[in-house]
Amino acid sequence: LASLMNLMEKKLLEVKLGELPSWILMRDFTPSGIAGAFQRGYYRYYNKYVNVKKGSIAGLSMVLAAYVFLNYCRSYKELKHERLRKYH
Amino acid sequence: MNENLFTSFITPMMLGLPLVTLIILFPSLLFPSSNRLINNRLISLQQWALQLMSKQMMSIHNTKGQTWTLMLMSLILFIGSTNLLGLLPHSFTPTTQLSMNLGMAIPLWAGAVITGFRNKTKASLAHFLPQGTPTPLIPMLVIIETISLFIQPMTLAVRLTANITAGHLLIHLIGGATLALTSISPTTALITFIILILLTILEFAVAMIQAYVFTLLVSLYLHDNT
Repeated sequence: LASLMNLMEKKLLEVKLGELPSWILMRDFTPSGIAGAFQRGYYRYYNKYVNVKKGSIAGLSMVLAAYVFLNYCRSYKELKHERLRKYH
Repeated sequence: MNENLFTSFITPMMLGLPLVTLIILFPSLLFPSSNRLINNRLISLQQWALQLMSKQMMSIHNTKGQTWTLMLMSLILFIGSTNLLGLLPHSFTPTTQLSMNLGMAIPLWAGAVITGFRNKTKASLAHFLPQGTPTPLIPMLVIIETISLFIQPMTLAVRLTANITAGHLLIHLIGGATLALTSISPTTALITFIILILLTILEFAVAMIQAYVFTLLVSLYLHDNT
């Protein structure tokens, strides 16, 4: 169908809300597809912030900040008990 | 409080999945590779540091020993980056686990020693007896030298584990003490905070120094055996 072909070429922000389930189901969820998605994401970040003529510390620090945040989410369960509350 | 102190050292799993693999692989993201002559600032900085380290560390070796350059340089980069990343809040440091350090130390040490035994058998065996020992002492000294040889991988691993773990524990304890003291006596809390800052600076240095020491010792063991 012409609408299916249109759906395949659109990026996420161009997809209409009603078409979202079929768009998600159409994505490539094979291992090589997922690896390709990670690779594209990595190169998108790398070429925008690091691989430039005058890259600054921000390119590296954003990665480290995301790393800190992810580790916080991972250890939230233990950190919950260390909050300053009367009843935990 | 005792349980809280050591929860940061347990292996991170999520729903039974080994998250620790991702954490160990994460520093590789921070070292991009490039085929160009002139690169971006990140890669140029890393290449400069790598050249400095390899020149300083591999110049003492002969040709056969210099084949280990790739191994030793990746070792020092891995340990240095893992230790430094461990200083970020809430992060997990793989080098605090004795299992990992043993897994790094034993194969490298064994490789160096076995290379020496295979290629220069007489010279490697001669290391067990220092020059100029009085004859009655020889049996005891050979035993002592053998023990000191076999203890080398243990010391490599335990040194790294103990240093990094002790540093992290101190930071946890003194940070907790600072927080607890703010409500009791702000002046003492300020002093404790200054101690914390000095400790953090020390930890940055320790992170890099431990990597250097580990790699240097492996290279020394190599030098003895090539």
